Amino acid sequence: MASEALTSSQYIKHHLQNLTFGQHHDGSWGLAHDAAEAADMGFWAINVDSMGMTLLLGGLLMWFFRSVAKKVEAGVPSGAQNFAEWIIDFINDSVRGSFSGRNPLVAPLAFTIFLWIFLMNLMDLLPIDLVPEIAKFVGVHVFGMDPHAVFFKVVPTTDPNITFGMAFGVFALVLFYSIKIKGLGGFVGELTLEPFGKWAIPANFLLEGVNLIAKPISLALRLFGNMYAGEMIFILIAIMFSAGAVMASLGGLLQIGWAIFHILIITLQAFIFMTLTIVYLDMAHQEHH
Amino acid sequence: MNLNATIIGQMIAFALFVAFCMKYVWPPIMAALEDRKKKIADGLAAAERGRHEQELAEKRAQQVIHEAKEQANEIISQAQRRGNEIVDESKDNARVEGDRILVSAKAEIEQEANRAKDELRSQVGSIAIAGAAKILDREIDKQAHTNLLDELVSQI
Repeated sequence: MASEALTSSQYIKHHLQNLTFGQHHDGSWGLAHDAAEAADMGFWAINVDSMGMTLLLGGLLMWFFRSVAKKVEAGVPSGAQNFAEWIIDFINDSVRGSFSGRNPLVAPLAFTIFLWIFLMNLMDLLPIDLVPEIAKFVGVHVFGMDPHAVFFKVVPTTDPNITFGMAFGVFALVLFYSIKIKGLGGFVGELTLEPFGKWAIPANFLLEGVNLIAKPISLALRLFGNMYAGEMIFILIAIMFSAGAVMASLGGLLQIGWAIFHILIITLQAFIFMTLTIVYLDMAHQEHH
Repeated sequence: MNLNATIIGQMIAFALFVAFCMKYVWPPIMAALEDRKKKIADGLAAAERGRHEQELAEKRAQQVIHEAKEQANEIISQAQRRGNEIVDESKDNARVEGDRILVSAKAEIEQEANRAKDELRSQVGSIAIAGAAKILDREIDKQAHTNLLDELVSQI
């Protein structure tokens, strides 16, 4: 529901703006009051909403599974342990299917990626104004902020910082294991001597370099693009609610339909991110001669 | 929607969560899963072993029963054979004993008869003489006829 004070375009912009903490033009530190101010803060600023949600969800995830792991038993499992084992079995099977090497890091990595991204994506299914309105209420009444300056993007994966942060993390691991397994020479050789042999090193490097860089970029942008688009459609549907009874009921139907479809997307995107991570790490572990 | 230090924050958070998961979440649960897998495998193996042992025991029991039956049959047939032997032996013994008794009885009878004959023989002379003496009265020479009679007796 768009509040009366906002036009549709303002409503959309409001929903797409992160709550950014950084250094203002005058040198003081604080939250940005609008998009321009946020952009002015440059690199050394933090998106408080994305960071808060991602830490909250990651913390919940780890807390839940840690509490299961603490009292896990090999006998007959029950309740939460059943649920956790079901997920862990599923991820373990995925890792075994795609990863041929032996590395104790990969399975927990895949586990964290899949469930964390799934939870972040899942925030998309919350009513679109619910958390921002709560944030606005808290912001205005607790911190005494201007209601129009309280931005809150609930879905962290619609923030490219989050997706790139994870993709770069995976990329760092790919580089690390490539060099660790193949040696620096082997890794550089893979980048420069294939596919055309040693007489075409520049061409090889261009192709393989693009190939390498494309991995984290595509990983991050695929997730970000899908979730951003999905969020955008939820925002557009939400605008229909303020355009009369017919449009509102049509919007209701659309919202239900899109939400059901979105359940598939959020799971699929989490699964794709996990599977590609496993595949990239598998490639990093394989030696070509 | 601008790139800023959130990206670094997310990378750090990512690394921390993965490290936490790798150290405190994944190993215990995986260990439990492996443990259970092993337990189930052991259980199945034990069941298989138990079934096998039961089969063996049944086979052995049947063998024992079979042997016992054979032994019983042998014992029975032995006993029958022994019984027959005893019966035969008793019959033989009885026959031999009977023969012996018969022979001794015959001998005794013969002995009795001989004794009776001897006695008769010793008395017959004098009876004959007494008879003859009564018949002939004193006309007979005792001495001459005694010799004659003795000769007669020895001929009986």
